[in-house]
Amino acid sequence: MSSWFVTHGAAFIVVLPLLMAAITAVLPAVRRLAWFTALVVVSLVALVAFIVLQTQIDLGAFIYRMGGWEPPHGISLGIDAVNAPIALLIAAMGVATLVYAEPAVDSEVQRKKRAPFYAAFLLCVAGLLGMVVTGDAFNVFVFLEVSSISTYTLVAMGANRDRRALSAAFNYLILGSIGATFFVIGIGFLYAETGTLNMADMRQILANLDGGSRVAQVGFGFVLVGLGLKLAMFPLHTWLPGAYAYSPTAVTAFLASTATKAALYLLYRFMFTVFDPSFDYVAVTLTYVVTALAVIGMVFASLQALFQTDARRTLAFSSVAQVGYMLLGIGLISTLGLVGSYLHLINHAVVKGGLFLCLGAMWYRFGITRISDMAGLGKTMPITTAAFTVLAFSLIGVPFTAGFVSKVALAEAALERGWYWAVAVIMIASILALLYMGRMMMVAYFSPPPASALNSDGRVQRREAPLLMLVPMIGLAVTSVLIGVRGNVYLAEVSENAARVLLPGGGL
Amino acid sequence: MRIPVKPKPAKGPVVPPAGSDPHVLLRVISKFLIPLIALFAFYVQFHGEYGPGGGFQAGVILAVSIILYALIFGLAEAKRAFPPWLVRLGMTLGVLLYGGTGVVAWLLGGEFLNYSVLFPDPIDGQHYGIIAIELGVLTTVTSVMVAFFYAFGSRQPDIEDGDW
Repeated sequence: MSSWFVTHGAAFIVVLPLLMAAITAVLPAVRRLAWFTALVVVSLVALVAFIVLQTQIDLGAFIYRMGGWEPPHGISLGIDAVNAPIALLIAAMGVATLVYAEPAVDSEVQRKKRAPFYAAFLLCVAGLLGMVVTGDAFNVFVFLEVSSISTYTLVAMGANRDRRALSAAFNYLILGSIGATFFVIGIGFLYAETGTLNMADMRQILANLDGGSRVAQVGFGFVLVGLGLKLAMFPLHTWLPGAYAYSPTAVTAFLASTATKAALYLLYRFMFTVFDPSFDYVAVTLTYVVTALAVIGMVFASLQALFQTDARRTLAFSSVAQVGYMLLGIGLISTLGLVGSYLHLINHAVVKGGLFLCLGAMWYRFGITRISDMAGLGKTMPITTAAFTVLAFSLIGVPFTAGFVSKVALAEAALERGWYWAVAVIMIASILALLYMGRMMMVAYFSPPPASALNSDGRVQRREAPLLMLVPMIGLAVTSVLIGVRGNVYLAEVSENAARVLLPGGGL
Repeated sequence: MRIPVKPKPAKGPVVPPAGSDPHVLLRVISKFLIPLIALFAFYVQFHGEYGPGGGFQAGVILAVSIILYALIFGLAEAKRAFPPWLVRLGMTLGVLLYGGTGVVAWLLGGEFLNYSVLFPDPIDGQHYGIIAIELGVLTTVTSVMVAFFYAFGSRQPDIEDGDW
């Protein structure tokens, strides 16, 4: 059985959630049935994604021929050192969010919409995994739309709690569709230039043409802008704060940890393995445009995060800033830079997913959305606040946490290039992170709890989050510390392998 | 200026008194055309392997016949003929028919959606495999088109015309 997954696992992790989503959509509205189905499916997907990763590590890169058709004419799935870890990351974050989702969705989404909610969630998982594993450029667009359209639905389901979710979802729908359209126009230009949709084949033909004519350059621009919208590259991030702040809490955590990451993976894939930084226009764009936007985004979005009153909007703007770190790593065009970027992608998925889970638990117990309402949480929800603190330290980049490992890696990469100013920007953005995360922790620990949280005898009443919420958030907090302490052993190797695949020549 | 308030449509099928139906031509011709449209949908479906056509186009045409029925005879009548629960089931069944073909190919030892393993002769396999897939596409596309129409058609305006 295991050997079957070794051969067919890459397709299985996309097909299983896709088909189970269709079944989940028509399940009767029995309590927990849809949730349980989704949890079993995503757990199985995570398991198979792990087998696929192991296969990739043992045997190296491999492709899966859909329907038995040979590439470049048939659609193939390609697994290599870059996408296998990200597929596992998406599936694992899906499991963590789904464990959390049962109590949260129970209170946020109407009963009759619960089965469609989990169906849309499974579709989103399938779409994201499909985007990551596929080796066909047009197939990427199809899966991008599968994940995006299900995401719009998921965001809009927050309307039961806050009507602003509807306008946020509509905003995301318009901008997301523009992004996808740009992307597919870019693919069209590339198809016109190379006559193929298979990404490996496209790379070969573009390399033979030495970057291709102006048609390929236009295609490059469209792909960059389209993916930039999807991964919330500053200043194309305006859909993100609303979508993160008003969607159901489980959806926010899942989106923050996977959706922008899958789009960022596609940016790696297109910038480094379809195009190549050895083409002039790619190198210039990455060095000047992407790096500049990354740096401006890091500082500007951090400043915006500092002035938010809504806790989830703060973290949403922080996400835009963190995307800036990852883009900076791309802009360096060096193996070290990509190692840092890749590490930060994984770390940020774990950390931001965990932080949104904690905020969701706070909303679940006390209906908290504003930072000023977080008063006294250190006493009323000590475990949740402790997990929140650990993850916040990791976001800031305190030593022995995940954020430290990747920020140091990025700073080293910048030093190697001689970009001392980039190290300064990383420091400034980290200090700003300290300020906006510190503001929340100050309120949580040092403000007295509101009178409604006190017993009749004046003692603080503890109202900890339910166990199903605590388990994933503690798990993610512990993971972030483990990465911080032992990250240089396992994750560093994963990132280095990925960077070597992306930049076999070692960059500029 | 006051916009005249439109009278609300009566529930259920509209049965006008004999001889006074202004839409009698539309009704009679639609009744004649709807089965032909549906038949043409299946022609496009099964001719799809040899000429232009296939599951998507056929699904749209089949849905058009239902939508025309709803336009002429009213949404309530259309929902009686093609109930919403059937629409929901159809959306799922189509996807499962498509994906299920792939799963059967898996169970028979081939790659996902490799129709050649479905039958002893690979050419037969490709032939029947694509027919099964196209049937799935037909089912889903028809259901989704009708679901869109029902969703927009059933929508009550938030603000009545008279409220302005």
